[in-house]
This record gives sequence, structure tokens and C-alpha cells, in this order.
Amino acid sequence: MSETTTAVEATVRLRGISKTFSNGTTAVSKLNLDLEPGSFVSLLGPSGCGKSTVLRMIAGLIDPSEGEVTGSREAGRIGFVFQEPTLMPWGSALANIRLPLDLAGVKPAEANARARDALAQVGLEGFADAYPRELSGGMRMRVSLARALTTEPDILLLDEPFAALDEITRFKLNNDLLALWQAKRFTAVFVTHSVFESVYLSQRVVVMAARPGRVSDDLAIETDLARGEEFRTSADYAQLCRRASEALERAMAS
Amino acid sequence: MNKTSPLRRFGLPIGLGILTLIVWEGCVQALNVSPFLLPGPVAIYHALVDDWGLLSEALLVTLQITGLAFVCAVLGGGLIAVLFSLSRSVETTLFPYAVIMQVTPVVAIAPLLIIWIDNVRLALLACAWLVAFFPILSNTTVGLNSSDHNLRDMFRLYGATTRQTLFRLRMPSAMPYFLTGVRISGGLSLTGAVVAEFVAGTSGQGSGLAYRILEASYQLQTPRMFAALLLISLTGVLIFLATSFISQRILGRWHESAMEREK
Ligand SMILES: Nc1ncnc2c1ncn2[C@@H]1O[C@H](COP(=O)(O)OP(=O)(O)O)[C@@H](O)[C@H]1O
Ligand SMILES: [Mg+2]
Repeated sequence: MSETTTAVEATVRLRGISKTFSNGTTAVSKLNLDLEPGSFVSLLGPSGCGKSTVLRMIAGLIDPSEGEVTGSREAGRIGFVFQEPTLMPWGSALANIRLPLDLAGVKPAEANARARDALAQVGLEGFADAYPRELSGGMRMRVSLARALTTEPDILLLDEPFAALDEITRFKLNNDLLALWQAKRFTAVFVTHSVFESVYLSQRVVVMAARPGRVSDDLAIETDLARGEEFRTSADYAQLCRRASEALERAMAS
Repeated sequence: MNKTSPLRRFGLPIGLGILTLIVWEGCVQALNVSPFLLPGPVAIYHALVDDWGLLSEALLVTLQITGLAFVCAVLGGGLIAVLFSLSRSVETTLFPYAVIMQVTPVVAIAPLLIIWIDNVRLALLACAWLVAFFPILSNTTVGLNSSDHNLRDMFRLYGATTRQTLFRLRMPSAMPYFLTGVRISGGLSLTGAVVAEFVAGTSGQGSGLAYRILEASYQLQTPRMFAALLLISLTGVLIFLATSFISQRILGRWHESAMEREK
């Protein structure tokens, strides 16, 4: 709310991070990445190139085998949206959204109010009492997004959140996510394997290559157009997508 | 799943039952089968009415043992499973013994228990409990360890304590497994109680239905055997319906198995 001024300070820094799993797979190798506070960055790359691993290291869910992550691991700073909605099937939409607040010991009345706010932000006012099974895929993803936003995170990590949705729903959620980001200016790290989605959403596209996972390209997405349907159909967009596609091809060839 | 109308769902099996009873009675009458060998439904009904005093008392005893064993199995199995889930080493140490207790047939243990435990009722209860608690323990143990790994990460991300994770994630995730255990254990409590009664073979006051079957067989009171058998079956059906109903109510709207899918 009013704390965003203090929030948007730390730059997330990944310094020479590598991750080798116990089975010997090196998912990420010597990766460097700085994330400007309040920026929207996409990680674009073929599947298996270590995008999820990088995200999980930023979140502190796994530790790098080498190198250092700073600026992201203080508790409560992070919201995470998984590829699956990852909701508790036994809880209503509201109960799911309230979870981070409940776990932090926020008083029920306040937690409810804040969860309702978050629910309204994702356009699901009427669905507080609905169970996940009763919601469509897109609505479940909105609930998941609302849950990540209830704690007012400084950093929002999204791991291919809309990959399983149909195109129409995906476009809508893309726009909603952009609107939320513009309103709140959290640092967004969006993992995707869709060139179009990454260009449409972000200010910067970091292209990753596989085996071992590393950064192969870093593109600034600069345009004078406001993000929205107008941008999606513009020549700028087409050209930026072409550049990102080429970068992705290079990454896959390397 | 195909949705059958209630009329078909209840009408068909009930119709078959009535038909069987008619054919059964007809055959017994026509072939003049001795009631010692195979009594007809009418004779069984008469036995049920005539011996109702004896049988109802026995029914109450069996119900008591079954019910108590079931409650103890639910509480014991559930608690032990939670205990196991809190400590890997406790689970690794004790689980094999729980398995040994389970795979050893209760008929083989029952005589020992009856020697060790003076109070016959208590011995019967112990036997029934032994049979009934394991499905709850093993199902709940699996359930507590099978919560969605992304949800577990979510809890970790938000700094959940062990306690919060147990109560808010692992226990609810285990609920469908636990309830499956409960449904199985309901039937097994009855089986355990009946088997133990056969083994104990105690006579006189306060005997259960199984003992009444034994007794009736010594006296060649076959219709009464059938009447007691009928009561045991009905008890089993009742337990099945009750546990299914409870499980349906608890899982309610959230679990796949309890959802009505519209077509
Ligand atoms: N927990 C794990 N244990 C072992 N290997 C893993 C684990 N997680 C990911 N990997 C491996 O690391 C590589 C990168 O995986 P991931 O980060 O999920 O890629 P992406 O999200 O880009 O598809 C893959 O080869 C994957 O098989
Ligand atoms: Mg991934």
C-alpha cells in the first residue's frame, strides 16, 4: 500500500550461480543476472534450460550449489505463481488467497478483508466461497495470482503461469497482469517459452540456452506504445518478436 | 460414471432379493428340505422373532465391541500415523512392527490375548482393534506424505511452521486417504469382533452374535444360526452405509471422488 517506496529498493542480484542436482544434472551454470526494482523481466528459453530452477533459487526454495542470490530472500518479499494453480482443493477461493496471511499470523478479520481486496483485483468478486473444483482453469489461475498478491510482494515470480490456458484466456490474463504490475510496480520475473508473450509483457527479455542453463541473450523491449491490443497488432511488436525469435533460435542452436 | 436412476439403483437389487427369497422358500417347501439343513426364509423369520430376546442382547454386545474397536482404531490409527509423519525415524522403527501385527492372522493371536487379558470383553476389543486399526494407519501415513509438492513449496515460501504445515496442508491432504481407511476399518472391526468371539467361545451372559451362532449349531438350531447371520450382515451393511455417508459429507465439494458430475 503506502510501503511501496521502501519496498522498491533492493535490486535482486544473481552472482555466478550454478545448480547441480544430486543426480548430477547441471541445470544452471555460472549465471549472472540483475533485476532492476520495479522492472518486468521475462526469462525465455526452451524447456529444460533451467528457467524454473533459476526462479526457485530466487525464491529461496532451493540453494545454488555455487554463487549467491541477494535482494530477494527476506521473508514476505516474494509472491510465487506456479504453472499449475496449486490451490488447496479443500479451501474456498477466499481461504486459498488468505493462506499467506494466515501463515503469517494476520488476524482473521484483517486477513479476510485483504483477501477480498485481492480477489476483487483479479476480477473474481462473486467467487469468494467457490471451491477450486468449481472454477474454470482461468479463474483458478486468477485465484493463484490473487494469493501471490495478498502479501503485497516486492517481487512476483511467475513460472509459465498461463501456459496451460487457452489463447483467449491467456490474452486476458496477460492484460490483467500488466494492469496489476502498472498499478503496483513490483519486480516481475515471468518465465515463459512463448516469444509473443514475453515481448508483449516485458521491458526486458532474457533468453536462456540449455545444457547447461545460462543466459544467451538479453533484449530490451523498447516501444513508445502503451501495452495493450494496440501494441499487440503494431509493427513494433512484430519486429520485436522477430528479434526475440532469432535470439531464441540462436540459443537453441548453441 | 453412468448415472443410474434411484428406481433402478434400489429397485433392481431389491427385486432380485425378493425373487431369491421366493424361489428359496418355494424350493425348500417343494423338496421338503429339513430345516436343520436349510431353513426357508419363513422359518428364519420365525426364529428371529421367537429368539429376539436372546439375539437382540447378543446383537448389542457385538455392536458394542465393534463400535468401540472402530472408534479406538480411528483414533489410534490416526494418531499413530500423525506421530509417524512427524518423525521419520519413529516411522522407520515402528512401521515394520505394525506390518507384522497386521499380517499375523488375528485368529492366531486371539487365544493369547484371551489368556493375557482377564476381562473377556476387553480381550475381544483388543482383537477387533488389532484387525481394524492397520488400514487407517497405513492409508493415513501415505496420505500425510502425499501432499502436492508445489503446495509444500508454497508453505515453505511463506515460512509455515511444522505445525501449520501439518494442520493446514498434510492433514487435509490425507483426509481422503484417512476416510478410505475408515471405510475399510469399519467392516474389519465387525470381522475382528466376530472372529474373536468364535475363538473365545465364551458362553452365558453377555455373549455376542458369533457365540450365538456357535451355540445354535451345537443345538442344531439352524434357523437361529441364519437369523444371527442376518443380523451380522445387516450390521455390516449399516457400518458401510454410515462410513460412506460420513466420508461423502466430509469430502463434500472439494474432492473428486465426492463430486457429482453433470453430464
Ligand atoms: N529436482 C531436480 N532434480 C534433478 N534434476 C532436476 C530437478 N529439477 C530440475 N531438474 C533438471 O534440471 C534441468 C532444468 O530444469 P528446469 O529448471 O525445470 O527447466 P525449465 O523450467 O526451463 O523447463 C532439467 O534437465 C531438469 O530435468
Ligand atoms: Mg519449468
